[in-house]
Amino acid sequence: MIRGVVRYLDERSGGAPFLRKALRYVFPDHWSFLLGEVALYAFVVLVGTGIYLTLFFDPSTAPTYYHGRYQPLRGLEMTHAYRSVVDISFKVKAGLLIRQTHHWAADVFVVAIVLHLLRIFFTGAFRKPRDLTYYLGLSMLGLALLEGYLGYSLADDLLSGMGLAIGYSVLMSVPIVGANLAELIWGAPFPGTPAFWSRMYVAHVFLFPILIGTLLAAHLALVAARHHTQFRGRRKTERKVVGVPTFPGQAPRSLGLMCAVAAVLFLLGGLVQINPIWLWGPYHVASGTNGAQPDWYLGWLIGALRLVPSFDVTIGHYTLVPNPFWGGALFPTVVFGFLFAFPWLERRFTGDHAFHNLLDRPRDAPWRTAIGAAAFTWVALIFLAGSADRVFVTFFVSYGWQIWFYRVAIWVVPALVLVLTRRVCVELLGSERVARERKLAEEEARRAAELEPVA
Amino acid sequence: MRRLLAVAVLALAVPGAAAAQQGNTILFANGKSLFAANCLTCHGIDGRGVSGRGPRLTTVGALGADFYLRTGYMPLASPRDQPTRRHSLFSPRKIDSLVAYVASLGKGPAVPKPHPERGSLPVGLRLFTESCAGCHQVVAEGGYVTGARVPPLHDATPVQIAEAVRLGPYLMPRFPKTQISDGELDSIIAYVVHSKHPDDPGGWAIGHIGPVPEGLVAWLLAGAALVGACAVIGRRIES
Amino acid sequence: MRALGRWLVAGIVLLLGRGRRPARVDRGERIVPPGPPSPGAELVVLALFGATAACALAFIVVYAVESIPHQTQFLGLSLGLAFAFLAAALVVVGNRLVVTEELEEGYPPPAHPSEQESLEQLVAESGDRMTRKRLLLLGGGAAGAALGAALVAPALSLGPAFEIAPFFRTPWRRGVRLVDDRGRPLRADEILEETFYTAYPEGADREQLGAPLVVVRLQPAELHLPAGRDGWAPDGIVAYSKICTHAACAVALYRKPTFPDVEPRPALVCPCHYSTFDPARGGKVLFGPAGRPLPQLPLEVRSGGELRAGGNFSGPVGPSWWGVRNRGAR
Repeated sequence: MIRGVVRYLDERSGGAPFLRKALRYVFPDHWSFLLGEVALYAFVVLVGTGIYLTLFFDPSTAPTYYHGRYQPLRGLEMTHAYRSVVDISFKVKAGLLIRQTHHWAADVFVVAIVLHLLRIFFTGAFRKPRDLTYYLGLSMLGLALLEGYLGYSLADDLLSGMGLAIGYSVLMSVPIVGANLAELIWGAPFPGTPAFWSRMYVAHVFLFPILIGTLLAAHLALVAARHHTQFRGRRKTERKVVGVPTFPGQAPRSLGLMCAVAAVLFLLGGLVQINPIWLWGPYHVASGTNGAQPDWYLGWLIGALRLVPSFDVTIGHYTLVPNPFWGGALFPTVVFGFLFAFPWLERRFTGDHAFHNLLDRPRDAPWRTAIGAAAFTWVALIFLAGSADRVFVTFFVSYGWQIWFYRVAIWVVPALVLVLTRRVCVELLGSERVARERKLAEEEARRAAELEPVA
Repeated sequence: MRRLLAVAVLALAVPGAAAAQQGNTILFANGKSLFAANCLTCHGIDGRGVSGRGPRLTTVGALGADFYLRTGYMPLASPRDQPTRRHSLFSPRKIDSLVAYVASLGKGPAVPKPHPERGSLPVGLRLFTESCAGCHQVVAEGGYVTGARVPPLHDATPVQIAEAVRLGPYLMPRFPKTQISDGELDSIIAYVVHSKHPDDPGGWAIGHIGPVPEGLVAWLLAGAALVGACAVIGRRIES
Repeated sequence: MRALGRWLVAGIVLLLGRGRRPARVDRGERIVPPGPPSPGAELVVLALFGATAACALAFIVVYAVESIPHQTQFLGLSLGLAFAFLAAALVVVGNRLVVTEELEEGYPPPAHPSEQESLEQLVAESGDRMTRKRLLLLGGGAAGAALGAALVAPALSLGPAFEIAPFFRTPWRRGVRLVDDRGRPLRADEILEETFYTAYPEGADREQLGAPLVVVRLQPAELHLPAGRDGWAPDGIVAYSKICTHAACAVALYRKPTFPDVEPRPALVCPCHYSTFDPARGGKVLFGPAGRPLPQLPLEVRSGGELRAGGNFSGPVGPSWWGVRNRGAR
């Protein structure tokens, strides 16, 4: 039977040699190499559940009144978009499961990308010849953040509506062109024209997925073409890669991981509630609620927005830089800029322009690890600052004190982390060197003892 | 003869009224002594208020006293502290006495008698979002207002909610009947009571405050589980 | 009965008996090295497949039977477990039922200099017929850029990208009545102290940044409004835009002191980043990141006692942009 299928395909595509090569392609084996795959499978679940949701969602901002099953919303005015999401949650069978799975998949997708990025960074996998692969990955990260933001904003609930207003304000704060860009995208001053919802919808459902999918295909093709990196070890060199072939070894494990990702996402989708928009109510320009937060992967931005002190940069009547620019626009640009520039910066400062197929352990590159740890700490502290109000409500730590603490800590702590991390790496390397030299000396002594046995 | 009859009737009636009056008087007297022992230093003689220490209580009425005492907001250790809900130091009887005494200090509102069962949840959601959610969060999980902690309303009874809305305790605004009618207040109370156990068809609600606990779950549950799956499936580094 | 017995025996033999390897055609050297069989693992995999199937069927049953409560939880549990069992089965297959080889392969060559050279040569030689290569390239580039610009130009129809005037516009004019969210006009004598009101312009679209107001009453003696705002606060009633000048959230919090001796003064607070504005001082920023004070709307009370706007806001409404201080609200 296999013979029949293979013959059919090969006769029509000539693909047997390629398939044979692909099926024996070698995968270096390490658990941390699977993190990118987790992101890939989360994306697959996103597309699958997302397609299902588009069969029910109504991207219209025309007003309507709710007369459905959920009592507290009965008779309230809302948009068709919001109502269709409430109906998916309460009326469509399995609708809430698919909706929640989709949202959990988005959160977990970015978790996986961040973990994967950390692995890539701290093992130096972004070095030549894989810097292009790395740039594609960073682009996908940026797109994923935007895509998630658009997705949860489509529901037009109170929380995401407030988030859209903030996004609009950040765009407006970009010097010179901010207001013009905001008018282009929204079509009019906030809340914009009804066409804005169509734009969000087509971007979220079609444009961004195609973009991410294309970059993903290129990313995977490059990884395969250049072959995956590996850690140094017996038989593993810059010239030879050692690993498990696709078939029969790797395939069941990868498929198993895909099923594991689907399992985690569907279990969460059914058991842990996420984004209960019926509790928040529909968005209105004059409505607000305390404790409104963006999804976790934008938490770094709300932290930044809350930490920046009160000032617009002006010269007389000329407003040069409105306040939200620093935290909402400049900060993420700096972070992504740092990530994009890092391979080039590293090449320039270490003078290392060579190809690398072998990975560093974090300790093998003390400066890179230290700088990466410091940068991560900077972003992480700003991220934590974004939840200071909930920390206050739950743990009674003064909000004002927290803000001041973070304003100082985000500069002091990364500097400490930089120094400490480098120290730790250098010490670890030092102790390994000592152990190696001792082993060599013992070997020498043993051999000498064999040649000239002590009488 | 008639005069004798009148006197006899009076002689019989007075002890009854006197007894009732005596009951009230005992309550009142207890309240007065409790007040003297616990409240006078900050709220002053006859509740006139003490500058820098405590506001006057002459207009708060039974409503105000009942709210602050039953929630344990009062007594307050220091005037600068934010009052917080705690188990009251006073027994319910003592609170009754204090309430009666404070009510007697002036002309203030009586303890309200709300009817949340007559309220409408959709009206409550609309009104709560407009007037309350900015501080208390849309499902009454509490929040932050510059300089104070806004409490969650899980422990608030319907009477306490009605009292708070009319009173405006601590930094909270005070909503009169012309702004929120009694009928509307019933709907707000119905909504707050409903918010204590909202509909959670999605499963474990993780606090009803949205993305912060959701992010924690994504990292600590899903992230940990999936890294664990990778560790099981993949191999470790050979040194 | 006998038939049932036979089926039962057949099932047991199938499960417990050792499978016979099919006769293999000798194909010469093996590609995949041989490995020891593991019948225990095979049973485990079969059991896991069975569990997967059972959970998947459970999903279908829960889906079909509406009377089962907690639908979402059971649907998620059944489907999630189905995937989990399948994942486990596949992992066991990968670890025990197929050979996990460790193969060596050479990394592909870092570069292909001869092909790179021939590519370069190909392009260079292809242009041999041209005498003015650079000019042609320049011309082609200009043509392409112009065509690209033309194709992108219709994007400007998305919005009036060069018209900044709409950002300054609000629906408020002198004489417009303040109404509540039910459309009822606000009367000055109904505005009490120590609370706050949300108001809208009568007859205008409420879902725009310039529409909603927050109205509070303060003691006239406590008002210290900026210069030029005399008469903006009849009897101590002040009105401000409800839209935060930081990032456009609704300023939905009002803080009022019960005991002004020790408690902070009245303030309007935004729930997004906690920008705090002083209604007694013209919306001045007391705390938080907002860079501009909250725009104030002048009020007047006409005969009849209704609150009306006395003009437009003291400044543009909503979040700041490059030209926000160039003009006033209109």
